[in-house]
Amino acid sequence: MKIACFHLMPYRDLPADFEQKHKSAWFSLPFSAVGDANKAAQYYNWTLDELTFAAENGFDGVCTNEHHQNSYGFMVNPNMMGSVLARATRGTDCAIVQMGETAVFLNPPIRVAEEYAMLDCISEGRLVAGFPVGLGGDFSYSYGMAPLEQRARYYEAHDLIKKAWTAKEGFAWNSKYYQLPMVNIWPQPVQQPHPPIWVPGNASPSTWDFVIKNDYSYCFLTYFGAKGAKHMVNGFWDRCEEMGRDRNPYRMGFLVPVGVSETDAQAEAEYGPAAEFFYHKGLHLPEQLLAPPGHMTHSSLTHLITKRPFPPFDELKRLRYKDMNERDFVVCGSASTVRDRLLEIVKTLNVGHLMILPQFGSLSHEQTMTNIERIGKDILPHLRGVWDGSGWQDHWWPQACRNQARAAA
Amino acid sequence: MAKPRKRTVPVLGGALEMTVNVAGKGKPLLFLHSAGGLYWDDFLDELSEHYKVYAPHFPGTAPGRPNDIDKLDSLWDTVIAYEDLLDALKIRKCRLMGHSFGGLLAAELAAQRPKAIEKLVLIAPIGLWREDAPYSVWNWCSPGPEEIMDVLFYDKTHPDVVRRMTPPDNPRKADQWTIDFIWTLGCTGKVIWPIPDKGLKKRIHRISAPSLVVWGENDKLIPPAYAEEFARAIADAEVFMIPQCGHEPPLEQRGRLAERVGTFLAA
Repeated sequence: MKIACFHLMPYRDLPADFEQKHKSAWFSLPFSAVGDANKAAQYYNWTLDELTFAAENGFDGVCTNEHHQNSYGFMVNPNMMGSVLARATRGTDCAIVQMGETAVFLNPPIRVAEEYAMLDCISEGRLVAGFPVGLGGDFSYSYGMAPLEQRARYYEAHDLIKKAWTAKEGFAWNSKYYQLPMVNIWPQPVQQPHPPIWVPGNASPSTWDFVIKNDYSYCFLTYFGAKGAKHMVNGFWDRCEEMGRDRNPYRMGFLVPVGVSETDAQAEAEYGPAAEFFYHKGLHLPEQLLAPPGHMTHSSLTHLITKRPFPPFDELKRLRYKDMNERDFVVCGSASTVRDRLLEIVKTLNVGHLMILPQFGSLSHEQTMTNIERIGKDILPHLRGVWDGSGWQDHWWPQACRNQARAAA
Repeated sequence: MAKPRKRTVPVLGGALEMTVNVAGKGKPLLFLHSAGGLYWDDFLDELSEHYKVYAPHFPGTAPGRPNDIDKLDSLWDTVIAYEDLLDALKIRKCRLMGHSFGGLLAAELAAQRPKAIEKLVLIAPIGLWREDAPYSVWNWCSPGPEEIMDVLFYDKTHPDVVRRMTPPDNPRKADQWTIDFIWTLGCTGKVIWPIPDKGLKKRIHRISAPSLVVWGENDKLIPPAYAEEFARAIADAEVFMIPQCGHEPPLEQRGRLAERVGTFLAA
C-alpha cells in the first residue's frame, strides 16, 4: 500500500465562540474578522515543515490540496506548496501528490498542464497529478462561474490538458468554454505519456464513471468516516465491475484524520479538542454553500434529496470526540488501536492509497510533529505490506518512486 | 382558479421545446416568472379574466424536462429563444410582464423586438447595476430555507406567502418541491451568473413600450433604488412603489398590484 501525508493548512486558532459569532467559516468569513497574516505565515511554514518531516519519516507521498476563502484550509495554490516540497524532498522516492490544482478555476486551464509539467520536472518525475472537479462553492461563489457549467468545463479542461501534455506539435483548441489558437506548452512532463492521474471526490456517480472510463485512481474524501463510507465505496467497486475494470485496490484512495498516543485515554486528551475544532469550527458552514444550485446534475440532486446519503452538517455540531472516534470520522488511539482500525478500514474498503491527515483542526505544530513521528515509527511499517502478495500492481504511482522500498524512520 | 392548459412549442430552430401555460381569453399577455419558478397564483388567475395569459416555463424548469437547460448557453441564446417563442405562439403584439429574473428577460425581449410589445410591466427586475446598490446571485442562492423567508418577504406570515412557501405534506411531493426550487435557481442562474449585469444598459434605450416599473418598498433582495434606474433608462416609464411589500408583490400585495397593473394595461 502507498501511504501519503495529507494537509489542509487550516487556521488553527479561532475563538471559542467562533461558530456562534459567525455565520460560516467558508466563503463569506472576512479574513479581518479572525485572521492574522503573521499567524498565517507561521501556518504555511509549519505546514511545509510538517509535510517535509512526514517525507523524512517514511510516508510514501506528500499531499496538497486547494480551497478558497475559508478558515478550514486555505492552501489557495497547491502548486506553490508542491514546488517547495518537490525541492525539499529532492533525491528521495517521495511522491508529490497534488490533489490538486483545480483546472476549471483557471482560465485558460492549460496553466495547470504547464504547472504540473513544471512540477514533474522539478521533482524529477515524482508527480501525481490530481484532477479535482472542485468544490461547487469555490467554483461559483469564489470564482464566479455558473454552477451548471462546472462539469462541462471540467471535462473540456481535462481533454485539453491531456492533449497539451502529449501532442507532438502545437494545435488549435476549440471547445464550448475554451478557445486557444496555439497550444504548445513548455515543458511537457517528464513522465510519459503523462503523470499518473488521481481524481478526488465525495461519491458522485458521474465522477466515478469518468474515473473508471479513463482508468484513473479515485480518492474518496469524506467527512463522515469509513463506516458511513462503506456502502458508497461498494458502489464504486460495483460500478468498476459493470464497466469491465478489475478490483485493483490501487484504484481507490481514502483519507483519514489520524492521531497516535501512548494510550487510548491519552489520545482523547491529545486529539479530542482538535477533532472537535475541526468538525465544529472548520466545517461550520451552511451546507447549501458547498453545492450552489445547479452544481449537481438533476439526477444527482434528486438522489441527494430523496435518499439523503449524508447526515446534515448541523448534526456534526452535536458530536463529541468520542462519537467522532467511534464512527471513524477520526482514527485516534494508541499505536495498536490505530493500526488495527486502519487495517480494518483499508481491507474493508479495498483501499490501496491511504491518505493520512496528521494535522487537523487546532492541533499545534509540536503535537503534529510528534504525531507524524509516531505514525512513521509505529503505524506505517505495519500497514505498508497489506497488499503484498495479492498480485496487484500500483499503476497509478510515479515510476521514479517505485524503485526502492521506503525504510521506516 | 382557472387551470391553465399546457402547450409545447419549438424554438431555436427546433433544438428546444418550450412549455407554456395558457389561460383566459382576450388580448395576449406574456408573463415571465422569477428565479423561484412558475407559480400559477391568484394574480395570474385574475389577469386571465381580462387577457389570454401565456406563462412559459424557463427552459429546464418545466415538469419532467430538466435537461432542456443544456440547450441554452448564454443570455443571448435565451433572448433569441423567447423571441422565437413569440413567433411560435403567433403573437404579433402583446403586453409583456416579468418578475425579477423574468423582469430582466422581459426588458431584454422588449429591447430586442420593441414593436411587438405594447405595454411592459417590470416587477422588481434584475439586470442593471449601481455601485451604491450591489447585489448578486449570492443574495438568493446562498441563504438557507429559513433565512430566505426574511430576505424575500416583508411579512412572511401573510397567508399567500405561507401557502406558496410551505412544502406539501406528502414526503414524496415535498422532496420534489425542494428539488424543483433548487433546480430552478440553477437553471436561471446559468445565464446570469454571478451578477446579472450582462449589458442590458446598452440595449434598454430600444424599449419603446409604455412601461410600469413596480417595486416593493421593503425589498431586501434587489434594492428598490433600481426602480428609478429602470425608469430613467426607459423612454416612457413610470414607477409604482408599494409599501409594506418585499420582493414578491404578487403574493404580499396582490390587491394593490392588480389594481394598478390592471389600469395601466387597460389604458
